[in-house]
Amino acid sequence: MTGKSQKVVVLGAGQAGLQTVVSLRQLGHEGEIVLVGDEPEAPYQRPPLSKGYLKGELERERLYLKGEDYYAEHEVSLRLGVSAEAIDTAARTVRLSDGATLDWDALVIATGARARRLDVHGADLDGVLELRTMADIDRLKPHARAGVNVLVVGAGYIGLEAAAALTQMGAKVKVLEAAPQVLGRVAGPEIGQFFLETHRAAGVEIMLNARLSEFVGEGGKLTGARLAEGDIVDCDIALVGVGVVPNMEIAERAGIRCGNGVCVDEQAKTSAESVYAIGDVALRPLTHYRREGRLESVHNAIEGGKIAAAAIMGAPPPPIDVPWFWSDQYALKLQTAGLWTGADESVLRGEPQSGRFAVFYLKEGAVIAVDAVNSPPDFIVGKKLVAAGARVAPGELGDTSISMKEISAKALSPS
Amino acid sequence: MPKITYVDANGEQRTVEAKTGMSVMEAAIKNDVPGIDADCGGACACATCHVYVDEEWLPKLDEQQAMEQSMLDFAENVQSNSRLSCQIKITEELDGMVTTPESQH
Repeated sequence: MTGKSQKVVVLGAGQAGLQTVVSLRQLGHEGEIVLVGDEPEAPYQRPPLSKGYLKGELERERLYLKGEDYYAEHEVSLRLGVSAEAIDTAARTVRLSDGATLDWDALVIATGARARRLDVHGADLDGVLELRTMADIDRLKPHARAGVNVLVVGAGYIGLEAAAALTQMGAKVKVLEAAPQVLGRVAGPEIGQFFLETHRAAGVEIMLNARLSEFVGEGGKLTGARLAEGDIVDCDIALVGVGVVPNMEIAERAGIRCGNGVCVDEQAKTSAESVYAIGDVALRPLTHYRREGRLESVHNAIEGGKIAAAAIMGAPPPPIDVPWFWSDQYALKLQTAGLWTGADESVLRGEPQSGRFAVFYLKEGAVIAVDAVNSPPDFIVGKKLVAAGARVAPGELGDTSISMKEISAKALSPS
Repeated sequence: MPKITYVDANGEQRTVEAKTGMSVMEAAIKNDVPGIDADCGGACACATCHVYVDEEWLPKLDEQQAMEQSMLDFAENVQSNSRLSCQIKITEELDGMVTTPESQH
């Protein structure tokens, strides 16, 4: 059977799953497509949840990635509010939670990740919330107002974005972080320090090296959190943003090779014939870093969808981009290209006090990542430098009298 | 509702009805207009919604903010009528506007 008439079942109706469907149809796929999602919502964007949607600046309707007509027009069968329970790779079927069994010629696992739960006493109290889905934010919204005491557990992108949005709405926000810096998993110490100071200046109380020992409550309702040292922090609600866990159990049970995610090759193929994995759940080759990794980002979701669709159709693979990310907090836009892990040198470009600067990360002289704050040129050129594995003298990168255009021309010109 | 016409890299035209308040990018994505990827969902963080706006309509658009200018300054194949479609808010005034998406990779 040729790729274009295969029946494709996509597990997961997030950004990656939807992109697979869109790319399949754009590439001329004519076979049956079923998109299965365990949330009751049609595919929507997650990034605005902790930003514009929480603040009420972006209405719900604008979160949806496609108009209502899209699915019927493109003959995509949407099965929402249903999860996948078991994959049979030999019989090529998948059983769903509503009892239905679907057969497939190609299966795409785009099941994403779920918020990591804190294994502490009181984590099930009313008022302890997560920041992952539209439903999570809808539960938070009634509390998002002036005077409410909010405790954010975890100072990653999500936790800090929520802290910024809630502070702007007048809530009193405290952030608990177990590590000695904020954003420690995703950015270097200079960026961490800058965002720490920004939040503190905005009135957020950030506690570093602080471990939560339990949530405390009365009558099933949250009233505070006890730290490892014994102090109690009072709060009306707690937002837990301590990372995510890949939803890979269904693949593991089917005997598909997994590590910290479902293992895939450059074409998003898993160890099982005609089964692909993409998005947050996939442990994929990181082309620019000669290693594998799991990426949690919009870029990765979209790219994965394009890769899987091309592989199913036998079409040329899409270009592989450098991993990139962004975060909006207050009036700051942090744009990151590349992965800074393994850097042996960092170079500051610009003055953090000006609110516009970047940090470039180098490994053995080559640029491997950049974090840019309100500074698109550093991000855009930095992304190109990372893609090319370009070597730039640290003295030049840090010298703002040399423009990024000049740096780009010199480092990327064919010599 | 205002109508926006998108012309793709092959010259094919698609006209969509767009609600005021949405961006030109959002109208394209919701109506499956190829060539506008908008990987960041309109956060002005990626420049994958780059379009060329028909000269006639340029004066009717809101002015570019610094972030958009800066992103465009480094985008590829930029012309004097280049805009990021996520930063163009649709108004009744824009009824009939024509944009040609650059073929994003």
